[in-house]
Amino acid sequence: MEVVQMQRAWVEYTKSLFREGFLDAQFQQLQLLQDESNPDFVAEVVSLFFEDSERLLSDLTFALEQQSVDFKKVDAHVHQLKGSSSSIGAQRVKNDCIAFRSFCEEQNVEGCQRCLQQVKQDYSLVKSKLEALIRLEQQIVAAGGSIPMEELSF
Amino acid sequence: MESCNCIEPQWPAEELLMKYQYISDFFIALAYFSIPLELIYFVKKSAVFPYRWVLVQFGAFIVLCGATHLINLWTFGMHSRTVAVVMTTAKVLTAAVSCATALMLVHIIPDLLSVKTRELFLKNKAAELDREMGLIRTQEETGRHVRMLTHEIRSTLDRHTILKTTLVELGRTLALEECALWMPTRTGLELQLSYTLRQQNPVGYTVPIQLPVINQVFSSNRAMKISPNSPVARLRPLSGKYMPGEVVAVRVPLLHLSNFQINDWPELSTRRYALMVLMLPSDSARQWHVHELELVEVVADQVAVALSHAAILEESMRARDLLMEQNVALDHARREAETAVRARNDFLAVMNHEMRTPMHAVIALSSLLQETELTPEQRLMVETILRSSNLLATLINDVLDLSRLEDGSLQLDLGSFDLHAVFREVLNLIKPIASVKKLPVTLNLAPDLPEYAIGDEKRLMQTILNVIGNAVKFSKEGSISITAFVAKSESLRDSRAPDFFPVPSDNHFYLRVQVKDAGQGINPPDIPKLFTKFAHTQTLATKNSRGSGLGLAICKRFVNLMEGHIWIESEGLGKGCMAIFIVKLGIPENTSESKNPFLPKANHGQTTFPGLKVLVLDDNGVSRMVTKELLVHLGCDVTTASSRDECLHVVSQDHKVVCMDVGMPDGFEAAVRLHEKFTKRHERPLIVALTGNTDKVTKENCMRVGMDGVILKPVSVDKMRSVLSELLEHRVLFEAM
Repeated sequence: MEVVQMQRAWVEYTKSLFREGFLDAQFQQLQLLQDESNPDFVAEVVSLFFEDSERLLSDLTFALEQQSVDFKKVDAHVHQLKGSSSSIGAQRVKNDCIAFRSFCEEQNVEGCQRCLQQVKQDYSLVKSKLEALIRLEQQIVAAGGSIPMEELSF
Repeated sequence: MESCNCIEPQWPAEELLMKYQYISDFFIALAYFSIPLELIYFVKKSAVFPYRWVLVQFGAFIVLCGATHLINLWTFGMHSRTVAVVMTTAKVLTAAVSCATALMLVHIIPDLLSVKTRELFLKNKAAELDREMGLIRTQEETGRHVRMLTHEIRSTLDRHTILKTTLVELGRTLALEECALWMPTRTGLELQLSYTLRQQNPVGYTVPIQLPVINQVFSSNRAMKISPNSPVARLRPLSGKYMPGEVVAVRVPLLHLSNFQINDWPELSTRRYALMVLMLPSDSARQWHVHELELVEVVADQVAVALSHAAILEESMRARDLLMEQNVALDHARREAETAVRARNDFLAVMNHEMRTPMHAVIALSSLLQETELTPEQRLMVETILRSSNLLATLINDVLDLSRLEDGSLQLDLGSFDLHAVFREVLNLIKPIASVKKLPVTLNLAPDLPEYAIGDEKRLMQTILNVIGNAVKFSKEGSISITAFVAKSESLRDSRAPDFFPVPSDNHFYLRVQVKDAGQGINPPDIPKLFTKFAHTQTLATKNSRGSGLGLAICKRFVNLMEGHIWIESEGLGKGCMAIFIVKLGIPENTSESKNPFLPKANHGQTTFPGLKVLVLDDNGVSRMVTKELLVHLGCDVTTASSRDECLHVVSQDHKVVCMDVGMPDGFEAAVRLHEKFTKRHERPLIVALTGNTDKVTKENCMRVGMDGVILKPVSVDKMRSVLSELLEHRVLFEAM
């Protein structure tokens, strides 16, 4: 594929992610921080986010499977996940976490489990989308082009 | 007469015995009746008699006895049976009561006796208390005397007066005959009689300090009795008094200023003491009392303190006088220096004017010549003359500049200019000379070198020209290559420039220019001298070198003004050398505006914070990374911490700002600990809280723990930038939430 075509595809894809609410303005900020001195910043942050979230999600699953659920711990994990997802701009995941927390306060086990499912779903969606985006970026760079951040003005 | 059974004693009025009995009985009865009355009267008067019942009993007993005796009166004459019966009743009653009283007394008398013992005991106690009162009063008086003496002694800071007053007051308080003070001499080997009470001008008696009696007194801080015959006590010729009074001596510690340390008292061996000798009046039988000795000791201590104060005061007065002299001298020197600087500036201004006038002529006439008809060779020559004269004019300007550089009053003329064009111009200037010497010159501009930059064009050109000119000047053969590129952070930090810490940011870049030649080279030890004014190295082949010696010094100054660094590397003589400099240039905002002069923003609202040390505290890895990158993007030097303890461990006074996420469990704790760690406000880093919470409670909590600012997440680059600049300017920021 030609560089220009790839760049256009990238722009379209990114815009769609924003439109569909997978990512929010925070992700844009991250993209702005990426420059020649730190060309892999976004990829690094995203992979760190993936690692963190996988760990948190498995901890949450474990905690909610217990006989007597320790809501404090669950709340702490959800808080962490909310923090990471809002730092990276994963909007849907963040919103799910907010709902999750209110269920934790009510100490509603069923509600929490439902929320956990929702979070996992949204997380895997955003994960696959981000991975696709990063792959596209790497292809563009490998083909000698540059990421057209300026075209993302909204 | 019929005989009756009544006993009929005669009333022998003339029988004396009967008469006396009668009278005695009467009086006994009287007494017996009056005693209880008296008792009752006196007991009524005194309220404190515990044995009323006994008294009643006793009273009854006495009354009955009295009654008995009274009734006895009737039995002397004829008495009827009734009287006998009454008498008998009375007697019986008396017997009963008296037995009862006797029994009662057995119980009571021991008590009464013990009352007596107690009374005795109390009397003794009272006597003892009286004695103690007497003692206390004496002590109090002594205390009063001491206070009065101390007051007198400490009311002056003059040494002489202190000592004189001490002797006078002591003499008065204790009613002494003589009181003397022996001070150690300069050598410290003898004691000299310095002050006495009675004698006006004591003759300078001296006594060696190593006498046993003196050592004895000096070894303890108590006042000791010494023999009146010891040399220190024999102040007056013995004039045949009966009995010299008792003598007491005490040591007075003297302060040696050189020994004086605030924290530890000098050891005994280095202390100097004076000796105070006090003599009681000769003919009295007075003896030294304990309280008087104590008074003397206290006074000696006070005198020591007062003397040390006097000594310190003297010292400080002397120091103050010295300082005043020095101040005057410094002021004078400063004024002279100022005059010298003014004179030099005047001279330079005049000289410059003188130099510029002919320069002006040359430049003007050359440019006029250019306008005329010329052959190509002539034109080339004229152009070279013109360019060289321009350069010379610039150099003259810079001689003036150099002096202004040294005063620190030179400012760069910043403007937007064509960077590539500068290099081309320099090359054009140097090519003629280089081609004459047959030295090929190559210019290599990196592709990422911005076309336009913001900086001082003239001076940058001068610097490049100077460096290249040196390369050409000192090369006989070989080629000269010039490279210019944008310096990246790895290449910015050079081991040869250890205190140069450039921080890249998004409005500036660092231009690095390297000029390599294969010429004479320089001896590495001589390299530092190159940059000093008017010093140039003498090498073997320097018959050509006649530099003014100013060139590199000026370049160094310019480069420093442009926040850069310049240095030269050479492997040695004959091995060529490479001159390198790095300068900071601005990137124009919009390339289309590059023609307009572009002044840098005024300093409110900084756009970057180069070198600002920030500590980021966040327990969430992703969040931490993002915040760190934000700050790095703004040019800060960021350290991260993921826990409160790590934060406290890593934080130091160099950190100007601490960004902490207060969503983490001990975020607020960390702020409190930071406040504890840095108690002074100007040492403490500014603490900024990052939070996703919009409620008032969070904001209040932040204010409570002493945060300097709160930022609402998510944070954009612009927001962080404006927050930081406002924070640094005002030292406080609270976003309206």
